[in-house]
Amino acid sequence: MHPKVKNIETMASAEAYELRKAKAGDVSIDIPSFRPGDTVKIAVRVVEGEKERIQNFQGVVIARRGSGMNETFRVRKISNGVGVERIFPLHSPTIQSMQVLKEGSVRRAKLYYLRGMSEKKIRQKLS
Amino acid sequence: MSAILGRKLGMTSIFTDDGAFVPCTVIEAGPCPVVQIKTLDNDGYNAVQLGYEPIADRKVNRPRAGHFAKNDVSPTRHLKEFRQLVAKVKNGDIVTVEIFATGDKVKVSATSKGKGFQGVVRRHHFGGVGMATHGQSDRPRAPGSIGSSSYPSRVFKGMRMAGRMGGTRITIRNLTVLRVMPEQNLLLVKGSIPGAMNSVVEIVKL
Repeated sequence: MHPKVKNIETMASAEAYELRKAKAGDVSIDIPSFRPGDTVKIAVRVVEGEKERIQNFQGVVIARRGSGMNETFRVRKISNGVGVERIFPLHSPTIQSMQVLKEGSVRRAKLYYLRGMSEKKIRQKLS
Repeated sequence: MSAILGRKLGMTSIFTDDGAFVPCTVIEAGPCPVVQIKTLDNDGYNAVQLGYEPIADRKVNRPRAGHFAKNDVSPTRHLKEFRQLVAKVKNGDIVTVEIFATGDKVKVSATSKGKGFQGVVRRHHFGGVGMATHGQSDRPRAPGSIGSSSYPSRVFKGMRMAGRMGGTRITIRNLTVLRVMPEQNLLLVKGSIPGAMNSVVEIVKL
């Protein structure tokens, strides 16, 4: 990658951070370092018509992919017995805050095998 | 003057103020000195000639050196003419990215990446012929029939066939300028533009 393109990426991620700060104020914290297997809680800003509100999404990080501005991570949770997965761009300004609730201990980078497992099995796998 | 020369540096994505994630191309453009202004009376057509990328005097051949000296501009590696532009510039003016503003629509021209000798499926989006099974072993990417028989007894001109693909001048219109960064001579354009990394591109305001 050309160094100047790299600079643009640095600038863009800084801008996204500022954007987040401007919207969230003091609530905003830096994105912590996390890896697949960790249980995270993400506060996402959702726009409903005119209004904006905060929605929490709590689940297990099952993958991280991409680099630079294109980096995303995938979070999976079981909601009312149905598995739900959501992909977040790491630098997205719609993420208001994020915290790691529990660190998992896994050996793989992509935890797609969790999809077929029961909640109990998943708990065992992650500890 | 609403055109400039630049180099394609690469692509990335940025977030807009409303949170949308948009792909963009980073172009390093200008500063471009106005080398010559061609007029209808003098040259038979109206055009503005821009230079791009300063180079050392010893790297310029004599005819070009003469051309630069005559117009009192220091030598540049590239020269390009832009016709039919409303030009309010004079010789020696410097065109920078500041002629563009965020939200402007531009068209970008460059030489596309060469793809070499390609078949009709890749080159003209043909569907190929027949099936992969039922005894057919070598037809899936074939062009099929290229015409009739005894009449006309020839293949029509312009029949689409395999051949050299890419490496031609391509223009993409209606691209939006996402950002202008004059201190670094950078331009962020939404979407992709033709050409390889570091290839010279022309950017014209629509």
